[in-house]
Amino acid sequence: MTMLLSLIIGLGLFFAIGWSSRLAMHAVAPAQHKPIYRDMPLTAAFGIAVILIYVLVATLAPLIAPFGEGEVVGDQYLPWAAPYHLGTDKLGRDMLTRLIYGARNTVGIAFATTALAFVVGSILGIWAALQGGWVDQVLSRFVDALMAIPALIFSLLLLTIFGTSVLTLILVIAAVDATRVYRLARSVSQGIVVMDYIEAARLRGEGTWRLIRREILPNAMAPLVAEFGLRFCFVFLAISALSFLGLGIKPPTADWGSMVRENATLITFGDITPLLPAGAIALLTVAVNFVVDWQLHRASGLKE
Amino acid sequence: MTNLILPRGISRRGLLQGAAAIGAAGLILPAGARSAMAQAKKGGVFRIGLGHGSSTDSYDPGLWEQLYVQTFAAARVNYLVEIAADGTLVPELAESWSSADGITWAFAIRQGVTFHSGKTMTPDDVVASLNHHRGDASTSAVKPFFDPVTDIKVDGQNVIVTLNAPNADFPYLMSDYHIPVLPSADGKIDPNTSDGTGGYIVESYEPGVQATMNRNPNYWKADRAHFDQIIMLTILDPAARLNALMTGEVDLIDQVDPASISLLESRGVSRIISVSGNAHYVFPMDARAAPFNDNNVRLALKYAFDRQELVDKILAGHGSVSNDNPIGPANRYFHAEMEAKTYDPDKAKFHLKEAGLDTLEVTLSAANAAFSGAVDAAVLMSEKAAAAGITITVDRVPDDGYWDNVWMKKPFCASYWGGRPVEDQMFTTAYAAGAAWNESFWDNARFNELLVAARSELDDTKRREMYHEMQQLVSFEGSTIIPMYNNYVMAVANNVGTPEKISANWNLDGFRCVERWWFA
Amino acid sequence: MTDIWRMIARRLLLGLLTLFVISLVIFGATELLPGDLARELLGQSATEETLAALREQLGLNDPAPVRYWNWLTGVLQGDFGVSMATQKPISELVGARLGNTLFLALYAAALSVPLSLLLGVLAALWRNSIFDRASNAMALTSISFPEFFVAYILVLFLAQTGIFPSMVRITAATTFGDRIYMAFLPALTLTLVVTAHMMRMTRAAIINLLASPYIEMARLKGMSPLRVVLRHAVPNALAPIINVVALNLAYLITGVVVVEVVFVYPGLGQLMVDAVTNRDIAVVQAIALIFAAAYVLLNLIADVLSTITNPRLMHRR
Repeated sequence: MTMLLSLIIGLGLFFAIGWSSRLAMHAVAPAQHKPIYRDMPLTAAFGIAVILIYVLVATLAPLIAPFGEGEVVGDQYLPWAAPYHLGTDKLGRDMLTRLIYGARNTVGIAFATTALAFVVGSILGIWAALQGGWVDQVLSRFVDALMAIPALIFSLLLLTIFGTSVLTLILVIAAVDATRVYRLARSVSQGIVVMDYIEAARLRGEGTWRLIRREILPNAMAPLVAEFGLRFCFVFLAISALSFLGLGIKPPTADWGSMVRENATLITFGDITPLLPAGAIALLTVAVNFVVDWQLHRASGLKE
Repeated sequence: MTNLILPRGISRRGLLQGAAAIGAAGLILPAGARSAMAQAKKGGVFRIGLGHGSSTDSYDPGLWEQLYVQTFAAARVNYLVEIAADGTLVPELAESWSSADGITWAFAIRQGVTFHSGKTMTPDDVVASLNHHRGDASTSAVKPFFDPVTDIKVDGQNVIVTLNAPNADFPYLMSDYHIPVLPSADGKIDPNTSDGTGGYIVESYEPGVQATMNRNPNYWKADRAHFDQIIMLTILDPAARLNALMTGEVDLIDQVDPASISLLESRGVSRIISVSGNAHYVFPMDARAAPFNDNNVRLALKYAFDRQELVDKILAGHGSVSNDNPIGPANRYFHAEMEAKTYDPDKAKFHLKEAGLDTLEVTLSAANAAFSGAVDAAVLMSEKAAAAGITITVDRVPDDGYWDNVWMKKPFCASYWGGRPVEDQMFTTAYAAGAAWNESFWDNARFNELLVAARSELDDTKRREMYHEMQQLVSFEGSTIIPMYNNYVMAVANNVGTPEKISANWNLDGFRCVERWWFA
Repeated sequence: MTDIWRMIARRLLLGLLTLFVISLVIFGATELLPGDLARELLGQSATEETLAALREQLGLNDPAPVRYWNWLTGVLQGDFGVSMATQKPISELVGARLGNTLFLALYAAALSVPLSLLLGVLAALWRNSIFDRASNAMALTSISFPEFFVAYILVLFLAQTGIFPSMVRITAATTFGDRIYMAFLPALTLTLVVTAHMMRMTRAAIINLLASPYIEMARLKGMSPLRVVLRHAVPNALAPIINVVALNLAYLITGVVVVEVVFVYPGLGQLMVDAVTNRDIAVVQAIALIFAAAYVLLNLIADVLSTITNPRLMHRR
């Protein structure tokens, strides 16, 4: 019964947010872009709204959060009641505050990591496909070697050797992710570089960089963008898994991945506390991918 | 993913945890606990799920270091002597022991005991088993125990051990879990044998996964080893252990996550066993390095956090507050009347001022490898210290390699100790100047002088005064923050019978749950 | 066709080179890790004397290049050596675990690959429909939960109610049927973890092609949407799909240590983690090479299949 009720409320919220965000965007968009937003599916509108809310929460965290990021405000595991609207965690810190600061830290790190991985991975991947020959061989074998080592063990080795500051965390996860992106970019581009128009562009004398940027990248964009949406959320999971190993983000910094890990045992007893950070991750993942899907759809040129 | 790299919890410092428990402490049982079951019954398959065990575990007793191998050993082998649940030393394979001068010790070896292989246990086996831990080529963790031993020889049914100096506590050392009696040939034991004289015979053992053992039909102890079969599983994930217990797939688990204790109790499928002893969590500061070389700085830190909060939140109440005192309430000469340290930011500020400082910035390195909840404890301390103008930056370091890279290397870190039954042992191991495990590098002339004097003092009142003064020194001038004593917390299925008194000497009833417990 | 065989032969040779590089990387990395086997085995109770004695006994005193060379010559003769910690032959340690790992990977793949291809094709066919959005949102939600968390939730609903066991205790005597039953929860967990990725790539790859002129042509000829997708789009979208499937299969073999831990499943991942923690280098190397070989082979198969589906790849400069 409660499940049904929450489903109805959830759907209602979804439509309300989707609708109002579409209306709002349509209203504020410059005239020439208005049609884009008029035809935008509700899912995409909902996704954009959610992302905007997250970004807002992340940037304004210190203003919105009722307490300090690491502040111990009371006993542990207090129930959901004012002034602790989502209760307190195992150290007696306000859960809502932790979630809000978590948005800032987690989303920031995830975005930086994914962006870095994509820039490095896709450029190298396309370049390898374009050049072929020994460049392709050397890069691909090297990437194969790195990918053949399980990501978690590889990250563990690197983080144990180089330490666990936020910067090394970003670099290590990005390095691991970049190998995956490389492989995808290379295989997609391999299908493209044998196309006639690439041949033509080559004959026109276009340079490698221009070929990558102007000819191949636009045509390889769709699968890459789809991958971006997923890789983005894999970063949260990687951080969560690393905190399983005691290697995640250092306390008292709040991040969702570690929060899921910290509270995970409670789900064994049917306590929904760990669902809060996990839900925050899931909502963002769904939102990002809704927008990605919409962009994919637009890029595909399909009209229906 | 893996505490690989997984959190193994507290496992490592076997040797440091003491050899015996003279003054064991009380047992806390929930109301209505069915522990006082009159008579042990035979039978049943006892399945144990432990948060320890690795595929690199070996049979070699010199390398045992965590709860899984310790308990596995308790089922399979016997020792010369045993620490009873009340902390007294009782005979096991040695029927009695004696020494006129504390230098030459004679152990009378029990007759008529056979190994699982059928071989009769002889004094020669005892000598070979002890010699495994001696000599240049020995790789045993307890080699230092045998450094003072100059000779071990057989005299009829006796084994004679000669020391280079008197030591009244030497028999206690022989209860150490590293020193089982194993079968020998040509004066040497095979360290990789699965043989033993214990209550259970190994049927199969896959390190890091599972061990299956069956009751030894010829076991020489009539009133021990009640189960037909023991199955020991390595379950590293805390939630998986809880699930296994709740779904009835195991009968005993260790290391119950404090946050889950009350939830588990409310399920009614199991009961919690919480044993208080002298085990304690510590935060040593390097007394040689600034700023910790100033006692006022150390005192400021000692007043800058809330001990009761740590007991409530890190131990979920399964422990008690410590006044920076490594001697626990269960010890003979425990100093209970010392001025208690409470959370007092003003006092902390006062001591900072005495040290000529307005503010203080220190880094505290912690990993849950030090003790479960160490990182959280550090975070709580850091939060409370802010009010006293002290900034504690918590550096969460990897569990992997913690004892190599952090402990006794970083100036301020987390650590733990199993309680020592004898005051002298605790102080000598970790607080005497120059001791190998003096983790705070503390060197106090008066303390060192008292330590030597107390060892040979025979007048109990004077001795008590000396130990009280030493506790006072460690507490108020020492370089180790000791916020709390932690209980051993385990959970068993409702149908598991336990004796009224459960040993506080080690976890799992001194590892001997396998032979002391039963199914009701 | 000979081109393909030539490519396979060349790639296999290169694969061996990859394995060699990996063995170097892993050996180097474990050397860089602080501490060594002796230190880990003795733990806190180590003294300088016992450490020295144990190092001597384990042969850790040789310089790193010598130890690597000894290991390499052994492997070239087909001898992976013994675990330094337990003195057991590595083949014995790894054998049963490898079987368990492959069993779980194949089990999960048998559930997830057909499921994700089916969902992906249907989602592309009925793109932007309620089905598309709902399956998408559900797959994304399941993928955004950490593996251990998915496992806990499944245990809460399916094991605490007594339907499935919460632990997988497989021994040599376990029958195939029992294995399927006992390993269902870990396999389901892994299915939930990998399905979204494969499904979304399938959908994206197909949709990416739907605007191509030849699809437009097929559509104009009046072909049904199902036929368009299956006959014209899917074959040309196979390359990226095959690649993402290969990636996920490799993941199922090499990356499932968390699921192994939660379900107490005796697989290779946990063994490798133990070996890394204790610096038992011979075991680490052996497992790393197994994982690497799985990877190289799956990638090779993926590339061969991609090439077959897109013959243009064959005729490059």
